Amino acid sequence: MMRAGDAGVLLAGTGLVITLALYAWGGDRGETVIIRAAGKIVETTSLAQTRVVSVSGPLGPTRIEIEPGRARVARDPSPRQLCVKQGWLTQSGQAALCLPNQVSLEIRGRTVAYDTLGY
Amino acid sequence: MTHSVIEFPVSADDRRIARLAALAIGLTLAEAALPSPIPGVKPGLANIVVLLVLLQVGWRAAAWVSGLRVLAGAILLGSLFAPGFWLSAAGACTSLMVLALARYLPSQHFGPISLSVLAAFGHIGGQLALAGWWLLPGAAIIGLLPVFAAAALIFGAVNGVVVARLLAAPTSSNEQLQES
Repeated sequence: MMRAGDAGVLLAGTGLVITLALYAWGGDRGETVIIRAAGKIVETTSLAQTRVVSVSGPLGPTRIEIEPGRARVARDPSPRQLCVKQGWLTQSGQAALCLPNQVSLEIRGRTVAYDTLGY
Repeated sequence: MTHSVIEFPVSADDRRIARLAALAIGLTLAEAALPSPIPGVKPGLANIVVLLVLLQVGWRAAAWVSGLRVLAGAILLGSLFAPGFWLSAAGACTSLMVLALARYLPSQHFGPISLSVLAAFGHIGGQLALAGWWLLPGAAIIGLLPVFAAAALIFGAVNGVVVARLLAAPTSSNEQLQES
């Protein structure tokens, strides 16, 4: 009844289930976004809805995009663009720092990985 | 005022599809009575009929049976055009598309179990894609993905074994399908 390909399909299916479980349950997926400018929190918002937030720093506006389950710095006037190049952040504890524009984006989940971070 | 009579000729094929669809609808109704921990996690017993039709009659007949099953099942359960109906329809469509490709897999290596598991993944994939895009946009559905996938794997395999058994059985169900 069981043919060679059937075993392959069942194995591939099991692999898919495990991959999905690791993807969905592994790690701590972020739930809230904390946006700071010059060290002060300017916005704390949920990571569930699509939003675009613009924060102004000494060099100009930093544009932050929030989508269900992820957030990123889309545009920033800082010269090296490190925070933009970080791309999408999804996990709790991840952060993108835009310097010298003094804007930061941090993802928080259910558990907070650090009490405080000094930059 | 004249009464005109319109007659639709009913072919043997139509009757066969109607009979098999009735079987699938019966299984859908029986299944709706089963309690389920999560809405959407169901054994998918009607897929056994769809697979049998696919393997013994052909893909077109299987598509008819599946479509009639979704439509008539929803009418009987009172969920026609409700969200659950659209989810069910989306699942049936993707499942049929998967089967349309999977039936060309070499049959000496890939039996009913493969087809059933692939169809089950197609079913849940289509449902979740529609649910994620329309009903629950956002990350909410991600946490349930592994549960749905595991259910598809297990029920798909079990249904596949049932189909293989029915095909191998020399009696009743086989002959009914072929004779009717």
